[in-house]
Amino acid sequence: MSAYASRGGGRDGDGRDGDGKDGDGKDGGGGGEADRERAGRVDDRAERLVVAGFVTSIIGAVALAVVYIVGGQPQWEGITLALALGGIGLAIAVWARYFMDAEEVVEDRHALASTEEEVAAFTASFEGGQQTLARRGLLTKLGLGALGALGLAALFPIRSLGPRPGKGLKETAFAAAGGGSGKPLRLVDAEGRPIRPSDLSRSSLVTAWPEGHEHDADAPTLLLQVDIEEFRPLPGREDWVVGEIVAYSKLCTHTGCPVGLYQTELDLLLCPCHQSTFDVLHGAEPVFGPAARPLPQLPLGLDEEGFLIATGDFSAPVGGGFWDRGRT
Amino acid sequence: MTSEEAVAKATPLSRRTARWLDSRLGAAGFARKALDKVFPDHWSFLLGELALWSFVILIATGVYLTFFFDASVEEIIYNGSYVPLQGVEMSRAYASALDISFDVRAGMVMRQVHHWAANVYLATTVVHLMRIFFTGAFRRPRELNWLIGVGMLIFSIVNGFVGYSLLDDQLSGTGLRIAHNIALSIPVGGTWLASLFFGGDFPGPDLIERLYVIHILLLPAVIIALLGLHLALVARQRHTQFSGPGRTERNVVGERVWPTFAAKGTAAFFLTAAVLCALGGLAQINPIWLYGPFRPAEVSAASQPDWYMGWLDGALRLWPGWEIRLFGFELPTPFYPSVLLPGITFGLLALWPFLEARITKDRDEHHLLDRPRDRPLRTAFGVSTLAFYTVLFFGGASDVLAVTFQTSVNALFQAFRIALLVLPPLAGFVTYRLCQELARRDRPGASTEAPRVAPAASDDGADNRRQIEPEDEPELDPASTAGVPRG
Repeated sequence: MSAYASRGGGRDGDGRDGDGKDGDGKDGGGGGEADRERAGRVDDRAERLVVAGFVTSIIGAVALAVVYIVGGQPQWEGITLALALGGIGLAIAVWARYFMDAEEVVEDRHALASTEEEVAAFTASFEGGQQTLARRGLLTKLGLGALGALGLAALFPIRSLGPRPGKGLKETAFAAAGGGSGKPLRLVDAEGRPIRPSDLSRSSLVTAWPEGHEHDADAPTLLLQVDIEEFRPLPGREDWVVGEIVAYSKLCTHTGCPVGLYQTELDLLLCPCHQSTFDVLHGAEPVFGPAARPLPQLPLGLDEEGFLIATGDFSAPVGGGFWDRGRT
Repeated sequence: MTSEEAVAKATPLSRRTARWLDSRLGAAGFARKALDKVFPDHWSFLLGELALWSFVILIATGVYLTFFFDASVEEIIYNGSYVPLQGVEMSRAYASALDISFDVRAGMVMRQVHHWAANVYLATTVVHLMRIFFTGAFRRPRELNWLIGVGMLIFSIVNGFVGYSLLDDQLSGTGLRIAHNIALSIPVGGTWLASLFFGGDFPGPDLIERLYVIHILLLPAVIIALLGLHLALVARQRHTQFSGPGRTERNVVGERVWPTFAAKGTAAFFLTAAVLCALGGLAQINPIWLYGPFRPAEVSAASQPDWYMGWLDGALRLWPGWEIRLFGFELPTPFYPSVLLPGITFGLLALWPFLEARITKDRDEHHLLDRPRDRPLRTAFGVSTLAFYTVLFFGGASDVLAVTFQTSVNALFQAFRIALLVLPPLAGFVTYRLCQELARRDRPGASTEAPRVAPAASDDGADNRRQIEPEDEPELDPASTAGVPRG
């Protein structure tokens, strides 16, 4: 079968690759004059392509240098880089296709597994060493014990990577406002300015923070002005609103994304990450999407100067769920 | 001048260098074997190579970027040349990423080539994985290399996510917040895990620095080590080949590494690099300057992760809001789609060669590849699985699709949930029938090729080689094949 080329045959091309025209001697075999001529024309064209590729590459490289020197420009840098690299790639690809030995070579596949003798010799060596260790069995065991203890001890520094997960997950800065001793906390905007109910309008959505904690990642709060006629507060939260203003945590109870889209006509809050949807008029209960729990509500009040305040922390831990969220 | 020196003078420099090295390493025998190695040729064998070359470009551009990136969350006021963000407070990490884009000459192209290379690297890796799966190249003796490959895939996906999370822009910060909540959702140890990894509550003061070390040192080191092993095993076990005239389980038919295969590989490298550079120069990717610095209370609409995270995002969206609460403890919703599903996905993927061997009872060595049609059950299962992840992927773009096609997100959600249940079995069934039909058409007119196994017979574990060998046996030297273990 012709596919079975000899080892020597596979080496024919050596030393002649530089000159493409020599290549046709390999393909031709017993072909006539016309065949040889056609092969020669193909070779000529291929050689011109190789030359074009390398020349393109050189031009691309020079152009890249020029683009860089005159100040750089991302698009031109990309194009010139692509030309410089692609020219070489094209040239070598054509070269390999037309002027390198394409004849198939057959090689035997040798067995992967070792011979029985090799395995036996290995087993003897290994088990010989094992017996040496076994003669001092107690020492071996003690040595392994020491390594194990060291391994366990080496785990302890991992503890330094972070604090014990504690109140941070269950409380926000608003917690300072709750309880008997707590004093009410003002709600402020991103610049720290306190907010009056009149700053809100029916279609707007204001993000607020506890005063002094404008950078807290767990405290962003949504202030919404709702149609109070339609509003159905959850039991026990009848006095958590001020006028028509209600406050919910901005963090989705699914994976903690900020719930940033307010569909005013439908009174729905939509999380842009995974499309969980919450009913603003009824305790921000989830009505669609993957969230399983309502957005925690913040009890609102007014201080003597007429600014919005929180009278306690959120109704539940904010953001996504975790194992012991329900334990206090 | 002694005669020895005269000889030395007459030999070319390359030979003298080779001799200098060999007298110190004794590597001539090994190197000759490497040069003479035969490599089978098929277009699909190029896929893994493309992944390799994309990875090389990733390393090259990545090293360049490290010289300019500043992995710090210290807040500064931006005063670089991107006007819309001048005077805005942001982290050094984000500011330095902007500087790379606008103020470091050639920085933008390097950054974009790096990001494109990551996407192409993972895409070619996944397509390479499909090739291995559908042709049965994972079967004995290549199960170990399959495991190494699955390991590389997992580490590469993680490193891709960590890479684009470093920049501390609005989009990446949102992704990290989701990652934090996924960690929290793990039962019992989740809160500890999140706290140790993030160094406290989200976002954590050291997070970006940690991610940086993971992205440029830890995971690349692991991936490079696995890559070395992956290639070493290919060299040791020799590449598989499709069956055909003269090709048997006991030979390798193809081109020698030197010079033909090496030349083609080099060409593939330069062409891959050229495509990535063209993409990096002309096709904008991850325009962080449009997203702005990360603010925990903000989010951009239509937040989309990179493509290889799309299936996870889709799973998070489509999984219904089920939460199990018992004795004050709870198993939060994200646990199922983002912890359990990836666990099952990669667990099944890793175990597949062993599961299939158990089902088919085929524990023989295989060096000839299957044609997908000849293994209708495996092919159907593979297509069905791909259909599942494809639906998840598009589910992850549900909001974008809803806007594009002017439909309601809710309707799309329900459609995707139904598709997730219906499409995989449907795709599997259609594939199975297609395989049977294709194999049936092969049967009567198989005169041009070695006879193939009928699908019904092949699926029960009988393999092609018994069919092909009778024809090829006479051409083999019996002595050279005597040592091959037969199952």
